Amino acid sequence: MTAPLDPHAGADLRHVRKSLPHDSAGKHVTGTAVYIDDILEPIGTLHVVPGWAREAVRGRIRSMDFDPVRAAPGVVAVLTAEDIPGHNDCSPSIGGDPVLADGEILFHGQVVFAVIAETRAAARKAARLARIEVEPQTPIVSVEDAIAADITVLPDYQFRRGSPETGMATAERCLSGVFHIGGQEHFYLEGQAALAVPGEDGAMLVHSSTQHPSEVQHILGKVLAVPDAAVTVEVRRMGGGFGGKESQANQWAALAALAARATKRPCKIRLDRDDDMIMTGKRHDFRVEWSVGHNETGRIRVVDMDLFARCGYSADLSLGVVDRTMFHADSSYFYPDAAIRSRRLRTDTCSNTAFRGFGGPQGMLAAERMIDAIAISLGLDPLEVRKRNFYDEARNLTPYGMPVEEWRTLHAIVAQLEKDSTYWDRREAVRGYNARNHVLKKGLALTPVKFGISFTLKHLNQAGALVHLYTDGSVQLNHGGTEMGQGLYQKVAQVVADELGVTLDKVHITATNTSKVPNTGPTAASSGTDLNAMAALNAARTIKDRLIAFAAERYQCDPKQIAFHDNRVRVGSREVPLAEVARAAHLARIHLSDAGFYASPKITWDRDSASGRPFLYFAYGAACAEVTVDTMTGEMVVDRVDILHDVGKSLNPAIDIGQIEGGFVQGMGWLTTEELVWDEHGRLRTHAPSTYKIPTASDVPEDFRVALYDSPGNPEETIYRSKAVGEPPVMLANAVFCAITDALASLRPGRLPPLDAPATPEAIMRAVHAMKAQEAPA
Amino acid sequence: MRETIRFLRRGKPVELIDVGPTETVLDYLRLREGSTGTKEGCGEGDCGACTVALGRIVDGRLVYQPVNACILLLGMIDGAELVTVEDLAADGRLHPVQLALRDLHGSQCGFCTSGFVMSLFTLYHAHGKEKRRKTVTDWLAGNLCRCTGYRPIVDAALDSCFDAADDSFSWRAAETREALRRIVDSRDVFIGDGDEFFAAPASVEGLGALYGEHPDATLVAGATDVGLWITKALMDLPKVIWLGRIAGLDRVEQSAAGVLIGATATFAATEAAMARLAPDLGELWRRIGSKQVRASGTVGGNIANGSPIGDSPPALIALGATLELQKGDASRTLDLEHYFLDYGRQDRAAGEFVTGLFVPTLDPNQVFRCYKVSKRFDQDISAVMGAFRFTLADTTITEARIAFGGMAATPRRAAGAETALIGASLDDPSTWGPAMRALTADYRPISDMRASADYRMETARALLAKALMEASGAPEQIRLRQPEGSVDDRAA
Repeated sequence: MTAPLDPHAGADLRHVRKSLPHDSAGKHVTGTAVYIDDILEPIGTLHVVPGWAREAVRGRIRSMDFDPVRAAPGVVAVLTAEDIPGHNDCSPSIGGDPVLADGEILFHGQVVFAVIAETRAAARKAARLARIEVEPQTPIVSVEDAIAADITVLPDYQFRRGSPETGMATAERCLSGVFHIGGQEHFYLEGQAALAVPGEDGAMLVHSSTQHPSEVQHILGKVLAVPDAAVTVEVRRMGGGFGGKESQANQWAALAALAARATKRPCKIRLDRDDDMIMTGKRHDFRVEWSVGHNETGRIRVVDMDLFARCGYSADLSLGVVDRTMFHADSSYFYPDAAIRSRRLRTDTCSNTAFRGFGGPQGMLAAERMIDAIAISLGLDPLEVRKRNFYDEARNLTPYGMPVEEWRTLHAIVAQLEKDSTYWDRREAVRGYNARNHVLKKGLALTPVKFGISFTLKHLNQAGALVHLYTDGSVQLNHGGTEMGQGLYQKVAQVVADELGVTLDKVHITATNTSKVPNTGPTAASSGTDLNAMAALNAARTIKDRLIAFAAERYQCDPKQIAFHDNRVRVGSREVPLAEVARAAHLARIHLSDAGFYASPKITWDRDSASGRPFLYFAYGAACAEVTVDTMTGEMVVDRVDILHDVGKSLNPAIDIGQIEGGFVQGMGWLTTEELVWDEHGRLRTHAPSTYKIPTASDVPEDFRVALYDSPGNPEETIYRSKAVGEPPVMLANAVFCAITDALASLRPGRLPPLDAPATPEAIMRAVHAMKAQEAPA
Repeated sequence: MRETIRFLRRGKPVELIDVGPTETVLDYLRLREGSTGTKEGCGEGDCGACTVALGRIVDGRLVYQPVNACILLLGMIDGAELVTVEDLAADGRLHPVQLALRDLHGSQCGFCTSGFVMSLFTLYHAHGKEKRRKTVTDWLAGNLCRCTGYRPIVDAALDSCFDAADDSFSWRAAETREALRRIVDSRDVFIGDGDEFFAAPASVEGLGALYGEHPDATLVAGATDVGLWITKALMDLPKVIWLGRIAGLDRVEQSAAGVLIGATATFAATEAAMARLAPDLGELWRRIGSKQVRASGTVGGNIANGSPIGDSPPALIALGATLELQKGDASRTLDLEHYFLDYGRQDRAAGEFVTGLFVPTLDPNQVFRCYKVSKRFDQDISAVMGAFRFTLADTTITEARIAFGGMAATPRRAAGAETALIGASLDDPSTWGPAMRALTADYRPISDMRASADYRMETARALLAKALMEASGAPEQIRLRQPEGSVDDRAA
């Protein structure tokens, strides 16, 4: 009965642990998978396009004239803040996110009105005809502007361990620096979209491309001034999310629903790519000021770090995001004393939000930067310095007080990758290459990943599922997790199929729907499978337990002799089709449906006292990257990457590998080619793929070796002892950034290249110049 | 005169009488046909989610090319077979590229997948391809995937695209060719009225007459730029004249003297000829846009719209290309460099149009190099693009033609640096300094989202240095990715 929690379970599993294709793969490749904009439109569907003040960045609205909009062909109505019957806010947290601007423009791209028209094309054209006058104010754009103005969206926060001041005063050596880390656009291929269909008694059915259907539901309840129970939100799949549809889907669903309420007709919204990139939040960019005290061997004595996050105009999810930056400012390293402070700065730009890794990548990159600084200043190999600072048996406490219990996994992964990637041979080869070549320089780096799994907001660590067994032996599966490509539906279906002993074709996967499983959390924090598969398992197990009790009596056998497999039930020495057992149970008035529930154990984090355990466990990994840099132009190529990653005992190795490779490449894009450029007026200049460059196929290293760590299983009692895999691989890409640093460091031994992220050709050239300059930069 | 457009769809001819001048193929598929398998990801031809295949007869053979449906005008599929993702599976069986993508885990969220399927479908049917990773990554440069990291997609391509075509399209290729022949004719196409129309004349004479009558019409060649005026700027273009049906205007003629490129010859159609002129030119062509963009976009259009960063003009100017223009019956020739007057302004009169371009062959004593620097290697617009032609007497430079893109409001020659290089020796880097310094006076680049002015200037100098180093036979490799077919041409 405890098979899923048994690390050795696996021998008789039919689906779990198999590299089965994504449940929708066949539909993806034939173009038959339905996204929001593909849903057959109900008759009379209208189209909504958000309107904004294209010239304004920040300031009070002096006047608005929508007559030309209303007069445009096909326009049915124009909505403004005054037309909102309920609460004009779509914030996921403390408020401050107006659905439609109310008297004031807070950032360039803020939605001021919505046009409802017979066609999308008509609405798009009409939306550009509004005349909005704004009293311009000087916007606060950069993190430095915001520091100078001393404006935050949330209070400052800190972790403190030991006595950092004493540590810094007594450390043998001290280093410090300032480091900028850029943000990142999600660039989900399917832009934000929603279709709202009005119903009876104030009901509203909304199809939304969201990672958080329950939040969309609750927001719509407030915006429309109806009970939550009147709103149903459904999502079958998203064309990518990456955190960008965790809170950022709310506004568009709200506009569609408001339009549907106003017109009593179905209303659809789908953002243009430019609007999407201008209006929605991104990964936070950071200014990091760090100081580290260490000894001659490179061992860290104390770390003092200030993390300045650019949050944009509102709080959104910045509390959790920046907390996670702090939770990961240790990377995999033990800091005997530490002061880690954070500021959540308010700027007049779009409100930065969740993005795969949720702040973790920035914290870890800052830690790797310190390690590189130590290694370069001491003339040591960075990998040696990394290893000298790893958590171990005696030095296992994080700056926030949670012990790193699984430090052996970290050591084992890095040791194996060091060997498999032939790190030391290649270190010699790189040294030789750089001695021979004056224009092209190679760099090599091996960096670790340790990522905390669980929502740091404790109440989010729960999930529900709804499983029905029908009397023909087929199963309908529903749970609160959403599918954005990560393979969650497939993994959960595999678990349920094995639990009920049915073949996968008998499991009918249904869209996530707030009327089936209520009050769910977002599909985020890599937790989708951990939570929802366990909830679904609990539901399936309850049904199975009822069938076992029934069958034991019906067929007069010991319950222990009843087993389910291949759509059959073995009762003692005979086998009965599951459908037959289900029919018989139904006739005997046995309930063949169950709503399963799961809440993660052990989470005790208390933010106010900054103590307790925020994570159930850590996921580990390591990557080794080799790059070549052109020191004349700053161009760069990633030549080879080796990855070893820990997913515990995998539920589906192919899907896990897909998450690892995809996460790595996304992280690599963040640190290399993906540059968000705001002009001095606070307008985003990179709002389309023509100017914002995510990786293409040729950017992926030609030599790309990815393997799963041969894990004995998650020591925690997770579903089949697997580990979460959504976010951790993003941080494998830190190896690429550190390898570029390594290549540049070869230009002048002993000096840390002043390289900021992303390492675009221009950023690399700035560092090259500084390295070649006679005097060290101030 | 024909007042319809005709194309082949799922084996059957389709004839449309109602074609708006700015209606896109993507809107036709999704809104009129209800085929929602083809997706809009960006609306500007950069992400490839809307990729469809167009089948046309080229040199007697049925050729499928990938195109971006979001910026392709509906009228432009006249005479072609339109193939979309829904069409590939036959008799309930997946196409080999679909099967490989599914089984090798090449889709995650699935939104980009239709586009990848269609790009791979065209690769599957491509002739003369070499089975290697680079073939695939070139072919897929115009398809963005945000989930997979591409590895499984590339594997699926290598697994499925390099055997002889054996699918429902190859089985019925003869019928398709026959059906295409039946819908292709040499009549002028004109749909609409004098105030609003989509027209596609079949001859230069027809174009001359029509454009003479409507000098306010928008000439469209590949629509890879004009398409964005429609989808992004939401411009009303009531009168559209598509040049793609004009007989002979797409000619590509290579002679000992050089290559003659008709105004509607696509980048795809000229890629081989350019690579023969110089390996660097072939590499530059390969990095212009993507497979989809090069299948639609024309060299003539790239020049005619006068973009300051269009990648082909600097190289063509350095090579000494000349442009041929026509108005009514009168034609004239001018050096390409003189065509670009200022930002957004070209030497083209109302009613005048580009008919062709001539690119001279390099002399044996000439060396050509060009370099494109961009944030991303593939499918990006350059921050700086430098092109260099050095004429040598032994190792002394007797003439230099240097042109840059991204350094001024137009693609422009570096007069000061060119003069300073005369007499410089490839063997003596100390003689290069004056030219490097002269560049500072030749250009005053701007800062924008692609690069700062300082970076542009310093990169321009670096590229000139690179060209000189390579021409002098640098002992070490000095570029990250060598172009195909490049050799040490110092011996030449």
